[in-house]
Amino acid sequence: MTTTAPTTAALALGDDALVLSHRLGEWAGHAPVLEEEVALANIALDLLGQARVLLSTAGDEDELAYLREERAFRNLQLVEQPNGDFAHTIARQLYFSTYQHLLYAELAAGEGPFAGLAAKAVKEVAYHRDHAEQWTLRLGDGTEVGHKKMQRACTALWRFTGEMFQPVDGLDVDLAGMETAWLDSVRAVLHRATLTVPEGPRTGAWTAGAGRQGVHTEPFGRMLAEMQHLHRSHPGASW
Amino acid sequence: MATAAAHQTHGTAQDTADTGAYERAFDAAVAADERIEPRDWMPDAYRATLVRQMAQHAHSEIIGMQPEANWITRAPSLRRKAILMAKVQDEAGHGLYLYSAAETLGTSRDELLDKLHTGRQKYSSIFNYPTLTWADVGAIGWLVDGAAITNQVPLCRCSYGPYARAMVRICKEESFHQRQGYELLLALGRGTPEQRAMAQDAVDRWWWPSLMMFGPPDDESAHSAQSMTWKIKRHSNDELRQRFVDICVPQAESLGLTLPDPDLKWNEERGHYDFGPIDWTEFREVLKGNGPCNEQRITQRRRAHDEGAWVRESAAAYAAKHTGPTGEMGKTGETGATQV
Repeated sequence: MTTTAPTTAALALGDDALVLSHRLGEWAGHAPVLEEEVALANIALDLLGQARVLLSTAGDEDELAYLREERAFRNLQLVEQPNGDFAHTIARQLYFSTYQHLLYAELAAGEGPFAGLAAKAVKEVAYHRDHAEQWTLRLGDGTEVGHKKMQRACTALWRFTGEMFQPVDGLDVDLAGMETAWLDSVRAVLHRATLTVPEGPRTGAWTAGAGRQGVHTEPFGRMLAEMQHLHRSHPGASW
Repeated sequence: MATAAAHQTHGTAQDTADTGAYERAFDAAVAADERIEPRDWMPDAYRATLVRQMAQHAHSEIIGMQPEANWITRAPSLRRKAILMAKVQDEAGHGLYLYSAAETLGTSRDELLDKLHTGRQKYSSIFNYPTLTWADVGAIGWLVDGAAITNQVPLCRCSYGPYARAMVRICKEESFHQRQGYELLLALGRGTPEQRAMAQDAVDRWWWPSLMMFGPPDDESAHSAQSMTWKIKRHSNDELRQRFVDICVPQAESLGLTLPDPDLKWNEERGHYDFGPIDWTEFREVLKGNGPCNEQRITQRRRAHDEGAWVRESAAAYAAKHTGPTGEMGKTGETGATQV
């Protein structure tokens, strides 16, 4: 596989979208309310659409999705984290969609290779971000149970959020500026939701840019095993 | 106009004496192919029949998500994965339209879901069969959605307005579902020997249950006659079943697949395909709860509902806290954090 800078960036962003889409797809038939069956599937479909465009710029989308080994995936560890309860899924959505929205807005404003995709995707992602923010408010500032679960989820995923602002080859964006904007935004939402902004480190020895370098967490191998199994069982078949 | 009285707001107790007039007007409206709307007078039994039928249809949509969602995480190409996710999402959407249509008759979604969860209302028995291979996604699209369309297209002309209108939209989407299933099986049929075997196996398992989807034979169907008079139903079970068989036989030939019925053959005299006897014992057993997946489907549904209770409660509590004097909820983007 070639490792030109745009390819590295396309894989990073494409894998984020592919993996998060897969996780959201796991909710089908299990969502807490019918409206969320529609919403989560809608977000998953947007992300899958983005993933297909991005992976296709780096090679054959199916070969990349189904035939790479775990270490060749470049997604953030955040997006591969299991769904957990609805609060976990929403916390993951809040952290990721805020990042993705800031990133795509900046890419769309530029003239780089991702400007076209980003201009379309930024509109979709604005909805993902709004959806996550609205649910963060409802879970954080609703019942006591909701508050506890949402707080626990926000805290648990906090250590995966530093990785988003590690440099990626081929991604020409102001990471420091984005990180400040991300922190301001997430803090404001958590504050409005009566939640405490987690205090722990946002990266650890294992999470600092690890996903982008191909080092993942335990649940990811299992996710890939399920995702790739059928495709790999029929080498060369068309579907 | 003779039927104007039927379109009056539901009467109060003092109108009892006029019920006869309302009923005659209702009958005339139905006979004249006019639509009955939510605020029109209607016989209690008509209302109950519609609620039962729409609820069963809505329940079938949301339970029907399960066998297909079973393959979302294993779809063998990204294109297929996108199609399948979109289809399962459509089914959730259909559930929403139908519960809303039932609400126009004064029955809430919560009430209907409770009846589903406690076994007091049913969903289509077809979803009590398992999806064992990827080809089952194709067979469900081609046969199960194909049978559903055959059943549902006439419902677009159903006498009850909100149901008929919901069905127009649903049928458009179902037709996409049916085509994607056919196209999926076509790809398998042109694929490797393993893929062809997978497709044939799926069709062998789904064919007979699909024929059962049209319900018992006409002479044993409990609700058919009254529903036909009320124009909730337009064709008999056996008529629709025959129409479906006639459509499927040539399609199976194009797919290069066989249908598992040795008695299937063209009858020149009738102008239809003859087909073998349906095993109604199996149908009744699955209906009674003894199908391969009855327990699994309802358990998953109940679990999703129960595990989601805290989410719904928290959203309701938030709404109660933040509803202003005008009853307006917090609006999109109000967090002030979405500007970039």
